[in-house]
Amino acid sequence: MMTDAALHTLIALLLHALSFLVLALVFPFRRMGRPAAWFSILCAGGSLVAAVIAWNHGAGSVSRVVWPWMISEGQTLATIGILADGESTIMLVLVALISFLVQLYSIGYLSEEPPASLGRYYTYQALFAFSMMGVVIAPNLLQLFICWELVGLCSYLLIGYWYYKPEAARAAVKAFWTTKLGDTGFLIGIVLLWRLAGTFDLTEMRALVESGALPVAGLSIVTFCIYLGAMGKSAQFPLHVWLPDAMEGPTPVSALIHAATMVTLGVYLLLRLEWLFALTPDVLLIVAWIGAFTALLAAVLACVQDDIKRVLAYSTVSQLGYMMTAIGAGFATVGFFHLLTHGIFKALLFLGAGAVIHAVHSNDLQHMGGLARRMPQTTIVFLVGTLSLAGIPLFGGFLSKEEILGAVWAGGLVGPFALLMLVAFLTAFYMFRVVFLAFFGTGGLKASGYQTTGSWGPASAGSGADHSHDVGDSHDHRHVPHDPPISMGLPLWILAFLSVAVGLYFMVAGPALPFGTGEPEFEAPGWLMPSAVGVAVAGILLAWLTYQRRTINAASLAGAFAPIRYAALRKFWLDDLFEALYGSVLLAFSRLIGWVDRYIVDGVLNVVSAWTLTSGDDLRTMQSGRAQDYVYGVAVGLVVVLLWVRWALA
Amino acid sequence: MGLQAYLTLAAVVFCIGLFGVVTRRNTIGILLGIELMLNSVNINLVAFSRFSGDITGMIFTVFTICITVVEAALGLAIVILLFRIRRTVMADQLDLLKG
Repeated sequence: MMTDAALHTLIALLLHALSFLVLALVFPFRRMGRPAAWFSILCAGGSLVAAVIAWNHGAGSVSRVVWPWMISEGQTLATIGILADGESTIMLVLVALISFLVQLYSIGYLSEEPPASLGRYYTYQALFAFSMMGVVIAPNLLQLFICWELVGLCSYLLIGYWYYKPEAARAAVKAFWTTKLGDTGFLIGIVLLWRLAGTFDLTEMRALVESGALPVAGLSIVTFCIYLGAMGKSAQFPLHVWLPDAMEGPTPVSALIHAATMVTLGVYLLLRLEWLFALTPDVLLIVAWIGAFTALLAAVLACVQDDIKRVLAYSTVSQLGYMMTAIGAGFATVGFFHLLTHGIFKALLFLGAGAVIHAVHSNDLQHMGGLARRMPQTTIVFLVGTLSLAGIPLFGGFLSKEEILGAVWAGGLVGPFALLMLVAFLTAFYMFRVVFLAFFGTGGLKASGYQTTGSWGPASAGSGADHSHDVGDSHDHRHVPHDPPISMGLPLWILAFLSVAVGLYFMVAGPALPFGTGEPEFEAPGWLMPSAVGVAVAGILLAWLTYQRRTINAASLAGAFAPIRYAALRKFWLDDLFEALYGSVLLAFSRLIGWVDRYIVDGVLNVVSAWTLTSGDDLRTMQSGRAQDYVYGVAVGLVVVLLWVRWALA
Repeated sequence: MGLQAYLTLAAVVFCIGLFGVVTRRNTIGILLGIELMLNSVNINLVAFSRFSGDITGMIFTVFTICITVVEAALGLAIVILLFRIRRTVMADQLDLLKG
C-alpha cells in the first residue's frame, strides 16, 4: 500500500513534527537557542531531501494512503492520510525548500536574538512547516481544514514574534481575525459540501462529481463559501488588509509565510477543488474578477509605499490576484505554475530585502540608496528576483505570467485581462522603483540612518523598522552596510539560481508543466508575448526615467495621479472602513447583547433568587425546634388526612 | 358491653395521652403521656382479641407491655442525661433546632 512517494512524503512531514515536538517539549534544549536552531535546520534539510525523493517518485502517479479516524457505530466518519500526486509533491518540494532556506537564513538574520527567543522562533517554524505540509498532502477536507487552521495559528505566532512591539501584536491579531472571517465561510462550505456529498474525501468526492452524482443545485453557495476561506488566506479583496500589516514579523517569516507558502494556500485549495469549482462557473467568474481587481488595487498601493517590505507585501497580494484570475478563467494549473515560480522569486525578494534591512537598519526606501556599491551580491540577487517578478524573458516569472495572461484571454475574460495587463506594467514600475531607490542613485545614505551614534534616528525607529532588537549601541561595526554573512547569502544565491534555472528550463522545454493532467490546452495569441514584455519594459523604463535619470520629476508624476495617490496613501480607506464597521456595527451590537445579558437575563435570575431568599427566610420561623410542636403538627395532619379519607374520597 | 365501649375507652385514653404529650412542659409528663397512648393501643388489641376469639392479640399485648417498660427505662435515662447536660427538663426550653 505504502508507495515510495507516500512514504517519503510521510517522512518529510514527520521530520518537521519531530523537530517541533523536540523543541516544544525539551525546553532546556530549546532555550539553548543556536543548537535548537541547527537541529530544526537539520530536520528541514532531511525533509527537503525526502520531499524531492517523493516528487521524483510521485510526479507521474497518484498514491493515496488513508487511515480511518473517528470511527462511530462501525462507520468511519473521517480519515487521515496522505495524497501524494504530481501537484502535492511539487508543492511539498517548494514548501520544504523555502522552509529550509528560510530557517538557514534566519540563523544569520536573528543572530542577535536572545537564545530562548531564537528557540521559540524555530519551534514555531517547525510547527509551521509541519502544518503547511499537512495541508498540501491532505487527502480530505477535514484534515486540510485542521492543518489550515494550524498554519493560521503559526502565522499569528510568527507575526507576533516580537510581541512586545505594539504594532506587531496588533498586526498578529488583525491577521488572525481577518483570515478567521474567511475560515468561517470555509468551514460552513465544508459542512455543506459534506451534506451534499456525504464524504470529506477529495478522491471520493471527485469520483462523485465525475459520475454526475453530486447535485449541482445549490452548489454555488458551497463553492463560494469555500472560496471565502481562500479569499482570507490568499489575501483577496476585501480581506487583503491583513497581509501588509503582517510585515511586522521578522523578514524571513514574511518570505516564508506571507509570500511563498501560506498565502498561496488559497490558490492551492482552489486547484485541489478545481473539478468542483468547474461545476459552478458563476463562482469562477467572481473569483476571476475579484482576483483581477485585487491585483490592480494592490499594484496601485505598492506604487506609493516607502517601506520596502510593504511594497513586496502588496506585490504579493497583487500576484495572488494574478493566480486567482487564472483559476477563475478555468485554468487552475496555470495559476499553480505561477504559484511555484512566484514562491521562489518572491522568497528571494523578501530575503534580499531582509539582507538590506539587516544592513541598513531601516525599512524605509528613502533611507537607502547607492547600496549597489556596498552590497553587490545582494544587488545582483535582488535584481534577479525583480526581473522575474516583472516578467522579463529568461527569468522565472516570465513564462508563468505570460501563461496566466494567455489563460485569462483564452477564458474569454477581456475585462480581467485588461486589468492584468495594467498590473503587469505597474508591477515592473514599482519593483524597479524599489531597485533604483534602494540600490542605485545616491539616495538617503547621508540623510539619516547612518549616524555614528547608536540610535537610528526617529524616522527609522518609528513605524515600520524591523529591528527593534538592534536599537542599542553595540553595533559600531555595522555602520557601513555590507553583504550578509554566508548563512544568509547562500539561500539568496540558491534562490536566485533557481529563479533563472526555472526560467531557462521552461524557455527550452516549453510550458510542459511537470504536474497535473487533463487541463484543457489553450492557444495564446501571437501578439500576447511581445505586448506582455512590452508593458513590463515600459514600466521599467518609466521607473528608470523617474528614479534614476530623474528626467521625469517624481513629484510631478505623483501630481499627475494626485487623486489616486491620495487614495492609495490612505489604502483606499479600506482599513478605515473596517475600523468603522468594527466600531459602529460590531461594537454596538456587542453592547446591545451585553445590555440584554446584564439587565434581562441576569435581572430575571436576580429577582428569582431574591424571592427564594426572602421566602426561605419567612418559612424558617415555622421551625420552632420544640418536639411538642412537631407532634402537634403530626396529630393535626393525621386528623386532616382521616377526615379527608372519610368524606372527600368516600 | 360490646366492642364499641372498649374502643371508645381506648380512644379516650389515647386522646388524654396525646393531650399530655402535646401540652406538658415537663419531659417526665410527656413520657407519662406516651405510656397512656401505648396502653390505649393495648386495650384495643385485647378487646379485638377477646371479641374475635383469636389469642394472638393477647400474646402480642404481653410483648408490648415488656417493650413499654424498656421504653420507659430508656426514656428516663435520656431525661436524666438531658438534665445533666442542659440543667433543665422543660420541653419548651429544648429548642436547639429552632430555625
